Amino acid sequence: MKTGVPSVLAGLCLAIGAWVGAAAADEIGDAENGERIFRKCASCHQVGQGATHRVGPHLNGIFGRRAGTVDGYGKYSDGLLRAGNDGLIWSLEKLHAYLENPKYLVTGTRMNFAGLSDAQDRADVLAYLRQFSDNPANIPEAQPTAIAPEVELPPGILALVGDPEYGEYLASECTTCHQRDGSDQGIPSITGWPQEDFVIALHAYKRKIRPHPVMQAYAGRLTDDEIAALAAYFAGL
Amino acid sequence: MKLNRRAFIGTGAAAAAALQAPMVWGATDGRPKVVVIGGGAGGATVARYLAKDSKGEIDVTLVEPSRQYYTCFFSNLYIGGFRDLSSIAHSYGTLAAEYGVNVVHDWATGVDRDAKTVTLAGGAVLPYDKLVLSPGIDFVDGAVPGWDVSAQNRMPHAYKAGSQTELLKAQIESMPEGGRFAMVAPPNPYRCPPGPYERVSMVAHLLSQINPTAKILIVDPKEKFSKQALFEEGWNSHYAGMIERIGPDFGGDKVEVDPGEMTVTIDGVVEKVDVCNVIPAQKAGRICEIAGVNDGNWAPVNGHTMVSRIDGNIHVLGDATNQGDMPKSGFSANSQAKVAAMAIRGELTGSKVFPAKFSNTCWSLIDADDGVKVGASYEATDEKISSVASFISQTGEDASLRKQTYEESLGWYAGITADMFG
Repeated sequence: MKTGVPSVLAGLCLAIGAWVGAAAADEIGDAENGERIFRKCASCHQVGQGATHRVGPHLNGIFGRRAGTVDGYGKYSDGLLRAGNDGLIWSLEKLHAYLENPKYLVTGTRMNFAGLSDAQDRADVLAYLRQFSDNPANIPEAQPTAIAPEVELPPGILALVGDPEYGEYLASECTTCHQRDGSDQGIPSITGWPQEDFVIALHAYKRKIRPHPVMQAYAGRLTDDEIAALAAYFAGL
Repeated sequence: MKLNRRAFIGTGAAAAAALQAPMVWGATDGRPKVVVIGGGAGGATVARYLAKDSKGEIDVTLVEPSRQYYTCFFSNLYIGGFRDLSSIAHSYGTLAAEYGVNVVHDWATGVDRDAKTVTLAGGAVLPYDKLVLSPGIDFVDGAVPGWDVSAQNRMPHAYKAGSQTELLKAQIESMPEGGRFAMVAPPNPYRCPPGPYERVSMVAHLLSQINPTAKILIVDPKEKFSKQALFEEGWNSHYAGMIERIGPDFGGDKVEVDPGEMTVTIDGVVEKVDVCNVIPAQKAGRICEIAGVNDGNWAPVNGHTMVSRIDGNIHVLGDATNQGDMPKSGFSANSQAKVAAMAIRGELTGSKVFPAKFSNTCWSLIDADDGVKVGASYEATDEKISSVASFISQTGEDASLRKQTYEESLGWYAGITADMFG
């Protein structure tokens, strides 16, 4: 029986290896390659011994941290702070989503970054960053399903043309809380948002990628057409 | 195609889409007339949306006795010292001036459903094509033995905001040191399920500042109440030892009061109190009974359009309705008003009709910067309005989330009052 155990493990390692690409089973990606890709990030972020806040916060210890809470960094966007309070924790899955397109998680984020569309690139950067986080909860084996699904919306959803008249009716549900005049006391303004940002944000709530429970409940029952209709209406205000 | 109005209502969106020509019923200037009774979260909203979205095609009259409307929501925050009274007062000037709503400050005293007219206390008779009733609540006679509205100055209900809220706060402020505040809580269903318990929180907040040895006694006929775990956690952490609740297992459902003696008798045991807030059992506002659209204490409605199940020319909104899963709240009434406005406009002017969607969130403040919420989204079925997804704050949440939740409620207040009054 003793010989059977390693062979099972080996099979498992192979499966995981195939799943995340070329990386070894105990890694989430290739940290060496990640370090190279991180040069794209380094104009704003430092990581490692002696890292300090620059345009963006340093990234030491980011795994497992609540968004918007690193000590001494005072330049977070309102949206990121709100997301942190809503319960956004930087898990491997959320970091994957944020790196794919920061707007999926936070509308109005100050992280002005086009995103890494290649899942392997993201995995590699995150493998590199994880070397500077020591939160044991983020050892990948503890999160076997943590490799994020792609959050990119199919092009068809973004191309839908909304019916503004339907949007106006549906919007009456939003304006009970989101003030039409653009005030953002306590609740963010959604008036005049670009349509694409609006569609991305509502789908992120609908798919529970974003944490806010009220928005998850309201967006969860909107169809793709209804989201497009709302986006068309609010963009035109 | 022959189309009677009942069948029309029943078939909803499909029929509306099939119907191209506007349907206009006789009215002196040719415009269809809608009369709305009650200027709160349901009535003000439906009046505003009808006037705004029909672009003047519908003649909208809003009948509301008060010139100054105090929202029940956030009136507890006034008691706690977090808002002043003027900040929850609203008037109807914008609805009249910017939206063309004919605002009549009078009481509706009669509805003739055959003639389709409303009679006002001042004697005027208003014809309607569609009538919307949004009267809120009244109290069930004899619900708390010993109490009736003639005793409301000794033992305020403060469950319709304004002078009653002011009175209750003044009474709490002049309680003797170490005195006792009692609340007689209502049985289900009633306006604003977390309201009595948010009020207790706000009374405790006020007393902890001005009279910290005072006590609070809740006499409650219900076994459980809205957001109970959240309130009880907050009471333990903010107001330890101050609040006692007597539920039905200890006689909370067998209560009578004596406003002259200022006593509350619980299952035969007499308790002397200094302030007594009696929130009696509730029913639909009286005009629903007068119009004959109640079944029991509430007015049953069809959730697709909020039309009365008893009269196809009458829509009923908010607390007064029996609709299904939505709580009686200002948010619910505002949400229902938009569905009703869309349906009424569709019938009267042939505008597009979309499927009904509803939502509700109730925020409550437990102490400074400690806000919690509960809510859901809803859709209409033929039987009722059904909850499709819900959420509630969790115990043990950190202070920054609770503060954010409170700040959200401030944003919501600004949003909903703008949505109601323009």
